[in-house]
Amino acid sequence: MGSRSRKTAVIGMYIAVAMICSYIESLIPFYFGIPGVKLGLANLAVLLAMYTLGTGPAFVVSVSRIVLTGFLFGNAFSILYSLAGGLLSFVVMWLLLRTKKLGAVSVSAAGGISHNIGQILVAAAIVENYRILYYIPVLLAAGLITGLLIGILAQELLARFPFRMNGED
Amino acid sequence: MRRRFGKADAIFIGALAVLCLLVFLLFFLPWRDASGWVVVTRDGEVIGRYRLDGDQTVEITDVSGKVSNVLVIADGRADMTEADCPDKLCVHQRAIRRAGENLVCLPNRVVVTVEGGKEDELDGIAQ
Repeated sequence: MGSRSRKTAVIGMYIAVAMICSYIESLIPFYFGIPGVKLGLANLAVLLAMYTLGTGPAFVVSVSRIVLTGFLFGNAFSILYSLAGGLLSFVVMWLLLRTKKLGAVSVSAAGGISHNIGQILVAAAIVENYRILYYIPVLLAAGLITGLLIGILAQELLARFPFRMNGED
Repeated sequence: MRRRFGKADAIFIGALAVLCLLVFLLFFLPWRDASGWVVVTRDGEVIGRYRLDGDQTVEITDVSGKVSNVLVIADGRADMTEADCPDKLCVHQRAIRRAGENLVCLPNRVVVTVEGGKEDELDGIAQ
């Protein structure tokens, strides 16, 4: 198989994994005692794609997963919220990855926090109720914790699983 | 290949944790502004007025003089701690401290409101 078609297939697999993660999360909510706080399992797929395939493919995985799961299980607003969080966290994670000084745990933790910031800002703008900004401290802490968990998962997977890196074939 | 968890990660995550903690403190600690008043009304009639900055326990009585609710004012906030009604909705409400916030006990027709003092900033923006 050519490296190009292999890459396309792998991206497709990552999107599928990310969608399954979202679905699992909607079935078994990992409830942290605060409404709206999720583990963010799907970000595991995005992180792994970032590390093994590169930024471009990871971006495709992130956006496709959000739009597809939004159409399947959500609505226009849930897509909007997810996109806000997904895009912001993607940019933050990409920048941190580029520094090449930080490991997956740090990247993921920052991603989790920025994801929640993006969501709360859009939510405040849509609902036009700034009272929900009171949620920020809670969401920051939740983003940090869930991001750390996902980051540890990603780090261990990257270290133990024989991923084929971008370019290898 | 890739470095795993290193010193830079520890510093970075530590910084994130400190940031979260700071935001927490920023949101929940400093406005202990207690210059307002706690106003207690029963059937729309003012039956008591207490300073928000003085710590005290207020026993709210019904028309017959029986104690129906207990209001505790402490740390610049007022909280209903006891009620003789079955649902105890007012007891479950969060303590109030900003002007305009209130605790309502419908069965006893008691309303506790904060007057004066610092306004709710975030609401100010929303208006």
